[in-house]
Amino acid sequence: MSVDQATVRRVAHLARIAVTEEEVVHLQGELNAILAFVDELAEVDVTGVEPMTSVIPMTLPLRQDTVTDGFYPERVLANAPVAEDGFFAVPKVVE
Amino acid sequence: MTELTRLTITAAREGLAQGHFTATELTQAYLDAIEPAGDLNAYVLSTPEKALEMAKASDERIAKGEAGMLEGIPLGVKDNYAVDGVRTTAGSNMLKNFVPQYESTVTANLWRDGAVLLGKLNQDEFAMGSSTETSAFGPTVNPWRRDGSDQPLVPGGSSGGVAAAVAAHICAGAAGTDTGGSIRQPAAFTGTVGIKPTYGRCSRWGIIAYASSLDQAGPIARSVNDAALLLRSMAGHDPKDSTSVDRPVPDYQQAVGGSVKGMRIGIPREYRVDGMSGEIASLWDEGAQWLRDAGAEVVEISLPHSKYALPAYYIVALAEASSNLARYDGVRYGERVPGRDIVEMYEKTRAAGFGAEVRRRIMIGTYVLSAGYYDAYYVRAQKVRTLIKRDFENAFHAGIDAVLAPATPSPAFGIGEVSGADPVEMYLQDVFTVTLNMAGLPGIAVPAGLSGDGLPLGLQLIGRPFGEGALFSLAQVIEEAAGRFECPEKWWL
Repeated sequence: MSVDQATVRRVAHLARIAVTEEEVVHLQGELNAILAFVDELAEVDVTGVEPMTSVIPMTLPLRQDTVTDGFYPERVLANAPVAEDGFFAVPKVVE
Repeated sequence: MTELTRLTITAAREGLAQGHFTATELTQAYLDAIEPAGDLNAYVLSTPEKALEMAKASDERIAKGEAGMLEGIPLGVKDNYAVDGVRTTAGSNMLKNFVPQYESTVTANLWRDGAVLLGKLNQDEFAMGSSTETSAFGPTVNPWRRDGSDQPLVPGGSSGGVAAAVAAHICAGAAGTDTGGSIRQPAAFTGTVGIKPTYGRCSRWGIIAYASSLDQAGPIARSVNDAALLLRSMAGHDPKDSTSVDRPVPDYQQAVGGSVKGMRIGIPREYRVDGMSGEIASLWDEGAQWLRDAGAEVVEISLPHSKYALPAYYIVALAEASSNLARYDGVRYGERVPGRDIVEMYEKTRAAGFGAEVRRRIMIGTYVLSAGYYDAYYVRAQKVRTLIKRDFENAFHAGIDAVLAPATPSPAFGIGEVSGADPVEMYLQDVFTVTLNMAGLPGIAVPAGLSGDGLPLGLQLIGRPFGEGALFSLAQVIEEAAGRFECPEKWWL
């Protein structure tokens, strides 16, 4: 399978990465090289094979549903690009 | 005090215990070695004040007879481990000002045992690369050079700063991570020992994620014994990582020097790939002979799905990466570029913060997970992964204890030599290492010889799940037969 430039733009938008027109051209070539490389998998017979979910057989551990951590908002916000009044601040999202 | 930086961790522990020198003197010797080594670009941040504070505390514990198993040993840490209060970037501009307010479990284990932090080590951005050239801090330079040449070579990647620092004696050992070969390939390129343990052996908590079903922590060291000591400290169960395995950590040092008599070693015929250098092929044969001489039985085996490991990896890893890296949205941490609305803010933030290789991998991952392609790519790759793991299970059921293979298809290459227009060329670096990550198995890279132009070459041993002990025994046989490899010239001084 290979991608056209419209697909490159669509995938970039899905991934929330801005791309310039010039980048689209390069990315198309690079993405197609990688997709051609992985296309080799199409020749493997996977009939009746279960997809891998965990390399080491284990059951998901459970614990009591209680609060075990927290109560330090200043540390949680310490790396926020913009924080106001103890909250993460973002551009307006509701009109 | 430069001779202090020549010591193995084991020898340094003895010297500290017997009072021949203090942890402060040992740490100062390493700090003095780091300072003039800027040309290597191995450290992205050195933390001398913290190091001397930790060394002082170590000296106090040694005086009180309370020394831990790594007391006073100065280590480097790859820059994708969160260290409380120390800038942690994962080699990315996205995190250029990120200062974690928490400590990764693996580094906490090292400090619990008395180790001293010298600083944070360079890596490919978000561990995506095989040469450390994708780092936002620029490439790390391999301390090794070809005979008679001053061309700068890559140290491998993504743990390139880790391997270079260990090889250059600017730390006593270091913590790396391995998703597709990122500990073992740099170890092979620098004449050092690197082990990726079984998936779940070390906690991933506090390590900046690339591909969560493949990422594992592990040490790089100057000897097999040092690697065993470091892994014992790093490993262990952690309730904060649900994939961390709750089983006791053995004393791996006891396995070093242990007999390999009667062990059955598999040589996978599918690993004799086109384009493998003749030197590496003959080194592989030599390694098999060393193990035979030590009493192991060497047999040819078949791992028929090996050739599909790399393409399957690039689907699984990139899909997981696209999901993991969705967190870098300019809201909770990391850099932000403003936009007219929140979507434009996301898009500009991620375009500016991520480098070219990271953007490319996120986009591939997004594509293979998108509607209409999920089954054809992602589910199919996970099925192939089941087949790759089954190949190893069949070999182990047939009585194979470990597999011997090359670590890399070639010795270290020059900076800029393999980063051309086709990204797949670089991906082929992982051809021998990536199968283990896909199957969750442990693997150790151990230096075994030099190329014709004087560069280190490594062999790799692949073990059963939680079979790290056997790997240390086998690797020690190779270390004793091949000797240890020291970089001949400190050209950076």
